[in-house]
Parts: sequence; structure tokens; C-alpha cells
Amino acid sequence: MILARVIGNVVATQKNERYQNARVMLCQPLSLEGEETGATLVALDSVDSGVGDTVLIVQEGWGASTAATKEPGAAIDSAIVGVVDYIDLLAADKEGERR
Amino acid sequence: MQLARVIGTVVATVKNDSLEGRKLLIVQSLDANLQPQGSPLVALDAIGAGTGELIVWCRGKEASFPFRREDTPTDCTIIAIVDSNKHVTQGRR
Repeated sequence: MILARVIGNVVATQKNERYQNARVMLCQPLSLEGEETGATLVALDSVDSGVGDTVLIVQEGWGASTAATKEPGAAIDSAIVGVVDYIDLLAADKEGERR
Repeated sequence: MQLARVIGTVVATVKNDSLEGRKLLIVQSLDANLQPQGSPLVALDAIGAGTGELIVWCRGKEASFPFRREDTPTDCTIIAIVDSNKHVTQGRR
């Protein structure tokens, strides 16, 4: 799973039928320090996340499909499965001295 | 599967129902010399790992197999705790 920030949502009237009622969110992956890293991605929401939330995104098709649509087999490869309250890091890692 | 070090925990109150009661840990993947390799990821714990431990994690759909595989959304699961750094050896012992 990766950490990301929800930065917007995507409205698409004409879409795959399995996407009906889904919330399609635009997300920016984050580093542990909260900095933006990598390309933005589109993920289906399963936890009522909102713009500005730091979230957990699963990037595996079966799990993402089950989480977002309750059924496997939809054409989905990313789903938001949690809203992050906070992150605890080892002290050494906070100082950037990763072991 | 990859070696990694658990470097922190993630607390998320609002999460998918299938993740209820599960522990979320931040893992930093390591190379054969136990040096950091790539960016950290968030992993679901299936074995009782804790911060600071050297672990093995598994990716993909198979990551959900230790749990209710039909509905647990995970792409990264901790499936083993390495006994110690010395228990990772290369070549002939």
C-alpha cells in the first residue's frame, strides 16, 4: 500500500458499468515526510475520503475491486482503503539515518 | 518477496471493514546487504511484527492469502520475521 493525498475527484458520466456509484478520486502519492512524490493517480474510494485527506491506496486489482465495488473482477487497479490519522516513525528514521 | 525493515506504524481509524483490527506497518525494503532499496511502503501485518524488526513481505494478490482472501484489500503483507541480521547470509556459509 502507498500513502497519498486526495487532491480532487473525477466526474465521468459515461463509464464502465462496474464504476456506477463509485467515487473516483485524484490522488498524489506522498513520501513519509509528507512530500509529493511520483505521478498522480486515479483511485476508487471505499472509505468516504475527501479532498485533503491522507489515505492508504491498495494497488492490486482483486483487492482494489473488492474494496471499492464489493465484487472482484472490475477493471480497477487502485482503491483507497483507509484514511490515515497519523504515522509513527522510528526516531532514527525521522533524522534520515535509515538502517 | 523482499526483505525489509519495519520503520514505523500507520494509524487509520477509518478504513475498509476487512482491515478492521489489522496492524499497518511502514516497511523499508532492503537489498542483500541490508541497505535500504527503493521507497517505503505500507504493509499489512500477518505475523505479529513490530517496529525495528527485519521481515519478509509479499506483494500482489497473494498478499491477501493469510487473511480472508476474497475480500482483504492488501498488496503488501508481512509474512515472516527474520531471526536477526546474521540470519541473512549470502553464498557458502
